[in-house]
Amino acid sequence: MVIFLSRLINGISLGSVYAIIALGYTMVYGIAKMLNFAHGDVIMVGAYVCFFAVANYSLPPLVGVLLAMVVCTVLGIVIERLAYKPLRQAPSLAVLITAIGVSYFLQNGAQLLWGSNNKMFPVFLNGDALSLMDGELRVSVATVVNVVACVAIMLVLSWFTGKTKMGKAMRACSEDKGAAQLMGINVDTTISMTFAIGSALAAVAGVLYMSSYPILVPTTGSMPGIKAFTAAVFGGIGSIPGALLGGLLLGVIEIFAGGYISTQLQNAIVFAVLIVVLLVKPSGLLGKQIREKV
Amino acid sequence: MLKVENINVYYGAIHAIKGISFEVNDGEIVTLIGANGAGKSTTLQTISGLLHSATGSITFEGENIAGIPAHKLVGKGLAQVPEGRRVFLQMTVEENLEMGAYTRPGIEVEPRIQRVYELFPRMKERRKQVAGTLSGGEQQMLAMGRALMSNPKLMMLDEPSMGLAPILVEQIFDIIKELHKAGTTILLVEQNAQMALSVADRGYVLETGKIVTSGSGKELLSDESVKKAYLGG
Repeated sequence: MVIFLSRLINGISLGSVYAIIALGYTMVYGIAKMLNFAHGDVIMVGAYVCFFAVANYSLPPLVGVLLAMVVCTVLGIVIERLAYKPLRQAPSLAVLITAIGVSYFLQNGAQLLWGSNNKMFPVFLNGDALSLMDGELRVSVATVVNVVACVAIMLVLSWFTGKTKMGKAMRACSEDKGAAQLMGINVDTTISMTFAIGSALAAVAGVLYMSSYPILVPTTGSMPGIKAFTAAVFGGIGSIPGALLGGLLLGVIEIFAGGYISTQLQNAIVFAVLIVVLLVKPSGLLGKQIREKV
Repeated sequence: MLKVENINVYYGAIHAIKGISFEVNDGEIVTLIGANGAGKSTTLQTISGLLHSATGSITFEGENIAGIPAHKLVGKGLAQVPEGRRVFLQMTVEENLEMGAYTRPGIEVEPRIQRVYELFPRMKERRKQVAGTLSGGEQQMLAMGRALMSNPKLMMLDEPSMGLAPILVEQIFDIIKELHKAGTTILLVEQNAQMALSVADRGYVLETGKIVTSGSGKELLSDESVKKAYLGG
């Protein structure tokens, strides 16, 4: 029972990080209708920025995180402007290939700038673990921080998209760009804004991910990136609650698969579950079903 | 108010609009009628900036607006109710209306929403409902209310009667007349030529991307060739 609970908690914790990353995929997909495969590498850039800020310049961790968010926000906007905006009218395959190109560009750029050696990400979520059930179940600070960050981000995002003018404009753009333009909404600005939010979240996720898996290399972002993409598709791409659900489920499945079945087959099982879900429910668990009367 | 001169629009190799010129004066209802594919919607979308003309000029209140992107035109007093309504189906009625006032300062939004509710009491009843659950006629009303939220000087309506039952078409046209009375200039694109010409001050007939006839609403209603082609007799 204790082992089960502890695995469940670890799964939720890992899933929270996936969910934060998946939000970036799903929001960009919802509005720009493209899969930004460079999203995972933005995570890596965020992790490096935080690493240098904390390890080399001895800045407080929180400043490191904020700095990473700022750098990633700018990076996300620049990537969109330079690589994707010129392809707004292009077929989606061209955009997809460009995104993969950007991904390699970021990985190789990071290797050029920062080398390919492993860097040990500093541990800064190192308070005393919570003890539950007479000390049998221990929950680390990193676990708590992951879940709290995920919940907080979800709440802020649902307030943003539900209540603010910019957030509503984003929803309008994701439904119908032409009609949104006729309302006076600048679609380019809205898309930039989406990339900015997604990339800032990627920076947060990068730091959280590093706190659990602290080996930092230029390809660090690709595995959590592809898992979070899976989570977004799993939950229903384009749907914000879907990203949350998909992320959490994927995290739990991954930890359970590793714990109860085999660590070697862990990733294979995760992706097998995705395939099954897509066979049964191609639009994902919470995929958008538009009730429409004509 | 609006003067369109010699615009040419292409969809790739297809020459959809071939040198159209027409104008809409202050306070008029002007209609463009014609068969499916004649270029009516393309013309409207070119004026509203969603499409661009290769040549010519579009002058709105003395300013050449050709080439200005759509989102910048709303603030100048130009609103379009697009073909097929295109309300935001996953947003509520009230949120749709708020989007219509996107370019207006926040303080103006609430009074305008109230005004739209006066015009369309149905919208008030359904304010918290998601637009995708509205009937076709209600969606048309919402699309019109949404366009009114920006307080336009010129309102362009693209096929407002499309897919609606005759009684609803009458209602929609009554509202168009009401808006016109309240001082909004209207450019109306319609396949329902009978309805459109009966409310319009002037009309233009489009055929395969060209204007073939023009005149007052009454003249066109009694024009033999128009009757034969568009009025079923």
